[in-house]
Amino acid sequence: MIVVVGAGPAGIAAALAVQECGKAVTVVDENPSAGGQIWRGDPTHRWVARFRAFNIPLISGVRVVWGYPAARTLVLEDAVGARRLAYDKLVVAVGSPEIFLPFPGWTLPGVFGAGGLQALVKSGLPVRGKNVVVAGTGPLLLAVAASLRKKGANIRLIAEQTPAALLWPFAKQLSGRASKLLQGIGLAWDLAGIPYAPASWVTAAQGDGRLQRIVLNRRGTLVTEDCDYLAVGFGLRPATELAAIMAGPDTIVAGTGDADLSLLEGRIAGYTAAGDLEKARGLEPERDQARTFAASIDRTFAVRDELRQLADSGTIICRCEDVPLGRLEGKTCFRDAKLHTRCGMGACQGRVCGPALEFLFGWHGASPRPPIFPARVGSLLSEG
Amino acid sequence: MFDAIHSFDVILVGAGIVGAACARELADSGLKVAVCHDSDTVGAGATAAGMGHIAVMDDSDAQFALTNYSQSLWWELAGTLPPEAEFAGCGSLWVAADDEEMAEVHRKSEYYSARGVAVDVLDSGGVAKAEPNLRRGLAGGLRLPADAVSYAPAVARKLLTGIQLLRGRVVSATSDGIEFASGESYFAGAVVLATGADLPRLAPELPVRPRKGHLLITDRYPGYLNHQIIELGYLKSAHSEDADSVAFNVQPRVTGQLLIGSSRQLGVDHADIDHAILRRMLARAVEYMPGLASLNGIRAWTGFRASTPDNLPLIGLRPGHRSLYVASGHEGLGISTSLGTAKLLADAMLGRPSAIPREPYDPSRSFNHHA
Ligand SMILES: Cc1cc2nc3c(=O)[nH]c(=O)nc-3n(C[C@H](O)[C@H](O)[C@H](O)COP(=O)(O)OP(=O)(O)OC[C@H]3O[C@@H](n4cnc5c(N)ncnc54)[C@H](O)[C@@H]3O)c2cc1C
Ligand SMILES: Cc1cc2nc3c(=O)[nH]c(=O)nc-3n(C[C@H](O)[C@H](O)[C@H](O)COP(=O)(O)OP(=O)(O)OC[C@H]3O[C@@H](n4cnc5c(N)ncnc54)[C@H](O)[C@@H]3O)c2cc1C
Repeated sequence: MIVVVGAGPAGIAAALAVQECGKAVTVVDENPSAGGQIWRGDPTHRWVARFRAFNIPLISGVRVVWGYPAARTLVLEDAVGARRLAYDKLVVAVGSPEIFLPFPGWTLPGVFGAGGLQALVKSGLPVRGKNVVVAGTGPLLLAVAASLRKKGANIRLIAEQTPAALLWPFAKQLSGRASKLLQGIGLAWDLAGIPYAPASWVTAAQGDGRLQRIVLNRRGTLVTEDCDYLAVGFGLRPATELAAIMAGPDTIVAGTGDADLSLLEGRIAGYTAAGDLEKARGLEPERDQARTFAASIDRTFAVRDELRQLADSGTIICRCEDVPLGRLEGKTCFRDAKLHTRCGMGACQGRVCGPALEFLFGWHGASPRPPIFPARVGSLLSEG
Repeated sequence: MFDAIHSFDVILVGAGIVGAACARELADSGLKVAVCHDSDTVGAGATAAGMGHIAVMDDSDAQFALTNYSQSLWWELAGTLPPEAEFAGCGSLWVAADDEEMAEVHRKSEYYSARGVAVDVLDSGGVAKAEPNLRRGLAGGLRLPADAVSYAPAVARKLLTGIQLLRGRVVSATSDGIEFASGESYFAGAVVLATGADLPRLAPELPVRPRKGHLLITDRYPGYLNHQIIELGYLKSAHSEDADSVAFNVQPRVTGQLLIGSSRQLGVDHADIDHAILRRMLARAVEYMPGLASLNGIRAWTGFRASTPDNLPLIGLRPGHRSLYVASGHEGLGISTSLGTAKLLADAMLGRPSAIPREPYDPSRSFNHHA
């Protein structure tokens, strides 16, 4: 049996590829329905519909919390219980969480990750009539702004830290490419009338107990903007914990980028898991092209150095353990910070502060240790 | 004894809790001290992996003497420790599952009382009241109110304040100094090997073997526990020389987290989690404290204790050498016994009398009858 963890674009494509090869496949996802970050709320999407049409078994609403690669076994947990799931080949397609970078006030209620706010709104958070600023970097900001606006949000501004001089050549390069994610740039229609400010970024979020206004560096001038929500996005970073813990000859990792790249990587992983290496290899040139393109996005939207200076000594870096930047002074590496300040020791195990520390200090994260997510002690004892 | 031409009076190899405590004691005795280590930060070896239970134990008279002496030193130090050291005098509770273990409670109670250590014997109801989350029907227990817990890496860091650190892997240590893998060397009037379970690399003739342990830390559940709780069966399992063993051992952290232990495995040298033994360990914990099953664990890890054939540390001159000392072999008690170790070592080096006899820990003692 081939098991795919993650029912996003990569996982869906992997499962369909396995099934095409005539092998048995099961997909596990912690969310109640397939689609991943991007298509979860959209059961009619072409790929989601195909996934369902092929009746691929989906174990949904359960999380992979632990696994034993030598025994080719995963431990799954849901709200009430736990079970084990054996596999012959494992495809890890768990997607890429958002990167958070700290600035004063980023922990105020009302400040969200861009994708996170979008997901909350999709699942019912009302934003009609609310003033929202979308800030950070990358094409995802446009997609988020468009979808929030559809739900009635009043988008005050999109602040893109990348300077215009880099954006326009990039936009030109896009025309003619059918990248789903980057149709964003062509979202002009949905975004008409929303101010789009290049070379601008949030320097602070302020408010009494919750977000009331932000301070923006707009091309060198500081301005304040009142708002109810701030959606900040600094890009995505592949989740590596499960892949690291399950590393071995029977584990294949897929999904390191935007939906198009994830689909391709998923198909390759699916064919590989099913043993059809020829089909897998046939897709590699296309995948390599997609990766090159993804890398050019990353370069264009690289976070500028000024953003390293935003956090002050009181700005919280590790939310789980309440560690402010000031306590990290003089620390030499992630492990030094971890052992001596508790930074990264909390429930999220450095998932949130890890990328921030890498950005601020160039430190690389501590080694992942199981469980992959907080897991009930009892789940680790389950036999069945 | 110490010659002025040397760069340092003493170089210690190892910046764990033992090396740090020894360095502090020697520096406070007026010596010019340097500490070398090969980790990315101080306190990163077994010191970062251990539970930090500061216990008085009585496997042997010598173990009692050192743990008891050391614990009094911990209480002296406690007032000077920063909050990160998470020192808490929560006390220990040894739990007896049956009458046989209850007999052990009484024996221990007499042993400790006779030596001036405060203890309370609890009956079945007393244990249930002291720790409501323990399973019902336990025979009783023994409370040691002066036992404590701490977060050892922060203590090591504090002890090393103002002491010169040299970073690198030491490849050779002699009576005259040390040499790093880089080829760089330093002279010293004396050298101390405080390299924990790594001792055999620098002193292969000494009988130290790594004994692996697993731990799991939970999310925060303030008030769930009051004491560090250990099953009395622990004595049997900690003693069994070669077989893998697990025992129920759970600790309340200042953060509200629970640290669940413990396992012991000899002859394993990779640090990976061993799922089978971790499962046995957690199953044992849940047997004693069923509610643990529904609490979230956030991280599991392993570490290596430096075990010796007689379960006592090696403190003093390396046999056959002059001015080359050892402070290692502390097995599962190196945090507890670090401060006492430092006193005994400094006494030996400086020719001072000691508060307790040093002979039982002398590295040149005979281990034959344990072989
Ligand atoms: C919050 C957010 C919002 C986004 N919004 C947009 C958007 O509006 N437009 C756009 O073009 N792109 C968006 N993206 C980017 C988009 O998600 C990716 O391009 C695409 O989804 C990647 O596909 P994937 O299959 O690799 O990962 P994902 O789609 O993330 O799928 C991974 C799946 O794995 C599951 N999973 C992860 N870990 C476990 C586990 N341990 N156990 C069980 N299941 C697990 C997750 O529930 C998820 O369903 C967004 C990304 C994020 C993080
Ligand atoms: C799972 C577990 C639970 C434990 N629980 C407890 C407990 O509750 N209470 C208790 O008292 N004890 C406990 N212990 C034992 C305790 O952790 C150890 O005895 C103690 O930390 C040993 O400290 P150390 O300084 O001797 O060694 P370490 O902390 O291992 O330090 C060794 C130092 O030597 C350095 N080093 C080694 N080799 C070299 C070299 N060649 N060159 C340069 N540097 C070198 C390392 O970098 C490091 O700085 C536990 C241990 C484990 C594994």
